[in-house]
Amino acid sequence: MDKIFRVNMTDLTVKCEEVPPEWLGLGGRGLTSTIVAAEVPPTCHPLGPNNKLVFAPGLLSGTPAAQSGRMSCGAKSPLTGTIKESNSGGTSAQQFARLGIKALIIEGKPGKDCFYNLHINKDGVTIAEETELAGKGNFAVIQKVTERLGKKTGVITIGEAGEMRMAAANISVKDPDHKIRSHGRGGLGAVMGAKQVKFISIDDTDAPGVSIADPEKFKQAARTFAKTMLEHPVSGEGLPTYGTNVLVNVLNEAGGLPTKNFRYGQFEGHDKISGETMHDTIDARGGKTKHGCHSGCIIQCSQVYVDDKGQYLTSGFEYETIWGLGANCCIDVLDDIAKADNIMDDIGVDSIETAVMFGVAMEAGILPFGDGKGVIRLLRDEIGKGTPLGRILGGGAAEVGRVYGQTRVPVVKGQGIPAYDPRSVKGIGITYATSTMGADHTAGYAVATNILGVGGAVDPLKKDGQVELSRNLQIATAAIDSTGMCLFIAFPALDVPECLPALIDLINARFGASLTGDDVTGLGKTILKTEHAFNLAAGFTNKHDRLPEFFSSDPLPPHNVVWDFSEEEIDSFWDF
Amino acid sequence: MRITVKLFATFRTDRFKIEEREVPSGTEVGHIVRELGIAESELGIVLVNARHAALDQQLQEGDILSLFPLVGGG
Repeated sequence: MDKIFRVNMTDLTVKCEEVPPEWLGLGGRGLTSTIVAAEVPPTCHPLGPNNKLVFAPGLLSGTPAAQSGRMSCGAKSPLTGTIKESNSGGTSAQQFARLGIKALIIEGKPGKDCFYNLHINKDGVTIAEETELAGKGNFAVIQKVTERLGKKTGVITIGEAGEMRMAAANISVKDPDHKIRSHGRGGLGAVMGAKQVKFISIDDTDAPGVSIADPEKFKQAARTFAKTMLEHPVSGEGLPTYGTNVLVNVLNEAGGLPTKNFRYGQFEGHDKISGETMHDTIDARGGKTKHGCHSGCIIQCSQVYVDDKGQYLTSGFEYETIWGLGANCCIDVLDDIAKADNIMDDIGVDSIETAVMFGVAMEAGILPFGDGKGVIRLLRDEIGKGTPLGRILGGGAAEVGRVYGQTRVPVVKGQGIPAYDPRSVKGIGITYATSTMGADHTAGYAVATNILGVGGAVDPLKKDGQVELSRNLQIATAAIDSTGMCLFIAFPALDVPECLPALIDLINARFGASLTGDDVTGLGKTILKTEHAFNLAAGFTNKHDRLPEFFSSDPLPPHNVVWDFSEEEIDSFWDF
Repeated sequence: MRITVKLFATFRTDRFKIEEREVPSGTEVGHIVRELGIAESELGIVLVNARHAALDQQLQEGDILSLFPLVGGG
């Protein structure tokens, strides 16, 4: 039987509860957002005792279905003040699911000034004081915990940034190679740090496993589903060959690659940081051009990037990070960006927020544009060490913009805007403006249809069809985020007719349910409305569904376009 | 007339990264694609001067044609 664990950090107790009937059909983001909306006072202080940190595997996590290893983490975000869900690859989702853990809810706040660790195994959850690893980086935590408890131990950890409750702090998850995947956005690492949990170790030895109501139907659906992954050129070929960084040249050619703190849509140094160059470099140096972030991943979009001596520099080297420090900060040395990525993994900060922050920092004159070594130094010696400057930088792009009196600050609801300029990719602009998560590209990835030719074609330079596109994608994504599926299944899901029905069959076969496509859409809508209601109660209004002023006044070369949606047009997003 | 052709990702294999070529006036995008030995089904993104273009669009002097196979990310 699945269970809910409540860990109370105020009185250091653990409760094991039955899953209430209204939560049975939920998982992943659907469950974390439902719990946060039900139990967290929307006006609470995100770092205080009334916020809750919720981990929930997806509905299909732990099953043999391909791509199903994502874990969701939710809370009220200290970065945005909105509800937040961030999901991650790695090993934890499958372990939770096999242990029958539907959700782990961390509540309260310790009275004593020290860090703790949580240990989870088939017998339950225990809390212990943690002195040895407090103050250590994530790589050291993963290594030490693995030494303490065994190679197969799962680890969820915060770095120094999370311990210091920096708003850009993320939560790291051990991946099958003992490297790091992240619950990246929204400062969830600071919430974990505020609850003084340094790490969570997971031992799924003798776990009950995941039960499947109709194993034969499941097997058939899994086969069909996997076939669509491999069949679609993006998931089957593009992503495993070039990773997400293939997008540098795509966005550069289309004039939507935000460059020099969102001044231009093209970057002169694009070739040096492109996916093609990265692929050739990894190949020549003996790294891995293909890599999966969880077992059961057949897309393998990730990679292992090494230096010119073949030594590990970083893995999970993503487009957003390379765009952010590359084009946006004008750094064209891939090795410097890789070193920075490694430090961000270690100290535990969101690579998107931090990259956008550095763009603002360069704007403010803290360091020059293009200074890769300067970025590395500031990460390691200021943010990682929690100096006063480091704490400002670790507060994210909006914080730096405020402290240094800047106007060119690309954020929505306090969260840094990712790697697609909203002026020339208007669909993603609607997603940035309206998403309950703040500026979030994965929440409704209109780039697929605006730029990549997936799921139809909507001209990125015109307003027509963008609100509807973003709405449909945000609804679908909220549902997919509940399944534990990697979002890249969306490429085949949008184009290959057998894919979505196979996904629904998987869910039905797992639970003995009979959901339809309409039910899935209904779930997505419900999740968005739940999140929206939380944000409204937290004090947000439609006036927060807006992009910063400069996007409306500053034309973006080469297309020389501005952000020109009216308030009513944007607000019509919520007409569902 | 002179145009520039830019190829990306797997389209570069056994071809080139960037090339200028002399083509007759009124040449369509699709003609260049066929000339390069790229099947329509392989095409992902077709841009002329940074805008999405149809295969029957006629190229003009100085145009930059960028071709990508089906790729994606996030």
